[in-house]
Amino acid sequence: MSEVQYQSAKTVKEAVKMMQAAKGKGYILAGGTDLLVQMKSGARTPGVIVDVKKIPEMVTVTEKNGAFTIGAATPAAVLGENKKLRKAWPGVIEACNLIGSTQVQGRASAGGNLCNASPAADSVPALVAAGCIVNVAGPNGKRAVPVEKFCIGPGKTSLKTGEIVVSLTLPKRPKGSSDAYLRLIPRTEMDIAVVGVGVSLTMKGGTVTDARVGLGAVAPTVLLVENAAKALIGSKLDDAALDAAADACSAACRPIDDKRGTIKYRTKIAGVLLKRSALIARDRINGVEHRGHRPV
Amino acid sequence: MAKIHVNTTINGAPTEFLCDANQTLLDVLRDNLGLTGSKEGCGSGDCGACSVTVNGRLVCSCLVLAPEAQGMKIETIEGMAQGDKLHPLQKKFVEMAALQCGICTPGFLIASKALLEKYPNPTEDEVRYWLAGNLCRCTGYDKIVTAVLDVAADMRGSAR
Repeated sequence: MSEVQYQSAKTVKEAVKMMQAAKGKGYILAGGTDLLVQMKSGARTPGVIVDVKKIPEMVTVTEKNGAFTIGAATPAAVLGENKKLRKAWPGVIEACNLIGSTQVQGRASAGGNLCNASPAADSVPALVAAGCIVNVAGPNGKRAVPVEKFCIGPGKTSLKTGEIVVSLTLPKRPKGSSDAYLRLIPRTEMDIAVVGVGVSLTMKGGTVTDARVGLGAVAPTVLLVENAAKALIGSKLDDAALDAAADACSAACRPIDDKRGTIKYRTKIAGVLLKRSALIARDRINGVEHRGHRPV
Repeated sequence: MAKIHVNTTINGAPTEFLCDANQTLLDVLRDNLGLTGSKEGCGSGDCGACSVTVNGRLVCSCLVLAPEAQGMKIETIEGMAQGDKLHPLQKKFVEMAALQCGICTPGFLIASKALLEKYPNPTEDEVRYWLAGNLCRCTGYDKIVTAVLDVAADMRGSAR
């Protein structure tokens, strides 16, 4: 590691100033579970590290008129312990709580997971399905970005110099809504997604009235699969609708071939996980609980 | 470059140290403060051998920058026994031979303690997933998981 400065910001304004002054050599330190590993490997060489965890709005969750705003640096473990948030967005929270180990959960944040811009980031497909809005602050003020437009390639975001992600907003949900996230990994825990699918549904009288689908690890960025959502909307999640939505997910795939999964395998699994996620989201709408393996 | 002065509390004792901006908490614990109970396995948050708690939250100290410790309360393996009196988890690990080479043991103990403080009645599945970020290459995990479940039952005053 080369000479580097550590700075701790107390306000968003201060953090933006520090990042601007660092002239592209600044890195935000949220949980550090990616940044520290990248610094050790030499993949990133910050001139200035800007710690944002002393900024209250970046480490808290607030609810206003049914919409949740999650501070970008809030640890995943804290999100998992927020019962109201977990009840409203079980899919987003299960996705956040799949990032790394219990130890990593104590530090890793949804904002960091997003800004690391991995195509296989677990929280992002669920955030895309949720219709999450990314709240960005920069030298020219604030802007809001739909989460599916935030990343532009592996490791690359649309943030400009001096800009930081302050928080993530999950919109108010209509009655009869829920979500789910499933990923496939070669092990049972502590691995990187081969495919990840997030589905958010709204249903009325057994019919899907609204749907969004996020698809991860099968393209340079996480995808919003509108054709899959279209196939689900208006259906009762019958086999024909699920098959059509699964086909739409497979058709959207542009994956890499690697030791974790071949192109053919990833393409097939994208459809399989779409079906399973949609059915879990429906179960949750009907009050059937689905939970992960860690204690809650 | 000038060192950073950090005030912190480690195992209940007010502690101050000087560090570089890019030093990890694990580096400072081991190299500056001589608290070598926390081990460095991978240095990338995969093995859990460096587990500590920061303000009660279980973390890998290799993934925490030392300057972040300012004002924080840190608990390490050195604070687990009270003098000669071992913590029930430490006792049980010894009794049930839930360790062999011992490198992973401090991390497992800290992580298990954090689990039982929060969830006194975990299932076997929950123990295994909670400890998925702690790697052991000797025991095959069964003895560790059994020991944790036994301690949980003892602490609740019931049979497993």
